Amino acid sequence: MTTDRDLFDYLLRLADSDLILAQRLGEWIGHGPVLEEDIAFANVGLDLLGQARMWFAYASEVETRMTGRGRTEDELALLRDGGDFRNLLLVEQPNGNYADTIARQFYFDAWHQLLLTKLARSADARIAEIAAKALKEVTYHVERSTDWIIRLGDGTDVSRARMQAAIDVLWPYTGEMFTADTTDRVLMVDGMACDPESLLAPWRERVGAVLSEATLTLPSAEWMQRGGKQGVHTEHLGHVLAEMQWLQRAYPGAQW
Amino acid sequence: MERTEWPLWEIFIRSQHGLAHKHVGSLHAPDAEMAVKNARDVYTRRNEGVSIWVIRSADITASSPGEKEPLFEPANSKVYRHPTFFPMPDEVKHI
Repeated sequence: MTTDRDLFDYLLRLADSDLILAQRLGEWIGHGPVLEEDIAFANVGLDLLGQARMWFAYASEVETRMTGRGRTEDELALLRDGGDFRNLLLVEQPNGNYADTIARQFYFDAWHQLLLTKLARSADARIAEIAAKALKEVTYHVERSTDWIIRLGDGTDVSRARMQAAIDVLWPYTGEMFTADTTDRVLMVDGMACDPESLLAPWRERVGAVLSEATLTLPSAEWMQRGGKQGVHTEHLGHVLAEMQWLQRAYPGAQW
Repeated sequence: MERTEWPLWEIFIRSQHGLAHKHVGSLHAPDAEMAVKNARDVYTRRNEGVSIWVIRSADITASSPGEKEPLFEPANSKVYRHPTFFPMPDEVKHI
C-alpha cells in the first residue's frame, strides 16, 4: 500500500533528475559549438525544468497531506542539501565535451521516453497527466540526441573516437535507471509506477540499434554505479548545487 | 586546420492559420534533417507554425535587383490584366 512518503520519494526522484540535468544543460548556454545547438540544448533544458516543476508541484501537495505544510517548488529545488537529492547519478556527471554531453543525454532520453510512456498509464491520475504532457517533449529530445549520436559516431575519426569514449565512460551510470528498490516496488504493486527492470530490454535494444548505426560499439561492462536514488551522490552534485543554490541561500527570499 | 562552416539553409514556416509558408530566416545545419530540427528549435519557440520547409540557400536562384525594370515595370501599366471588369453576382461576392 503506497504511503504518501513513498509517493513523495518517488516524485522527488523524477523531479530531481529533470532539475539537475536542466541545470547541466544550462551550463552550455553561450558556450555551444554553434548557435543553433546553443538554442536547441537550452530548449531541451527548459523542457526538463518545466517537467521538474510539475513533479515538484505534485510532491509539494503530497508533502502538505503528510505534514500539514508542504515545501514550495523553490524550497524543494533550492534549499535541500545534496544528501536529500534523489536524481540519477548519470545526470550529475559533468558536461565534458559535446560527445560526453550527447552520450549522457541519449542514455537519459531513451530511458525517459520508455518510462514516461508507461507512467502515462499510471493508476495515479496526476502522474499519468504529467507523464503524458512530458512525453511529447521527450519524444523530440530522444530524436535529437539519437541524431547526434549517429552524426558524431559515423562522422570523422576524431568525432567517432570521442563519441566512443563518452559512451564507454558513462555506461556504468546507466544501470541505476533499471534497478528497482523498495519505493519502486511499493508503487509498482499499486500500479502507480512501472517496474524499472521492465525498461531494460527495450532500452538496450534501442541503444544497441542506434550505436550500431553510428558505427559505435555497445559497451559490455557489467558493473554499475548506484546510489543516486537513495541520496548517495558523486562529488559532482556538490558543485552543481553550489552554483544552483548559492543565491537563494545567500539572499533568502530574493525575488526578481 | 581550416574552419569550415555548415551550409546555410533558408527556413519557411506555415502558421496554423496560414495557407503559405513564409520566409522567417536562415540557419546553419549539417544536413536537411538537422535543418528541420534546428528550425523547429530556433523559429517555432512561440508557436509560430505547424509546418517547416528548409532549402539550402545555395539552391535558391533569385532575380537580380539590377533587372527590376525590364522584369517588373511593364506589368505596372497593363490594367486589362486585372480581373476587375466582371460584374460579380451577389452569391459569389466573397471569392
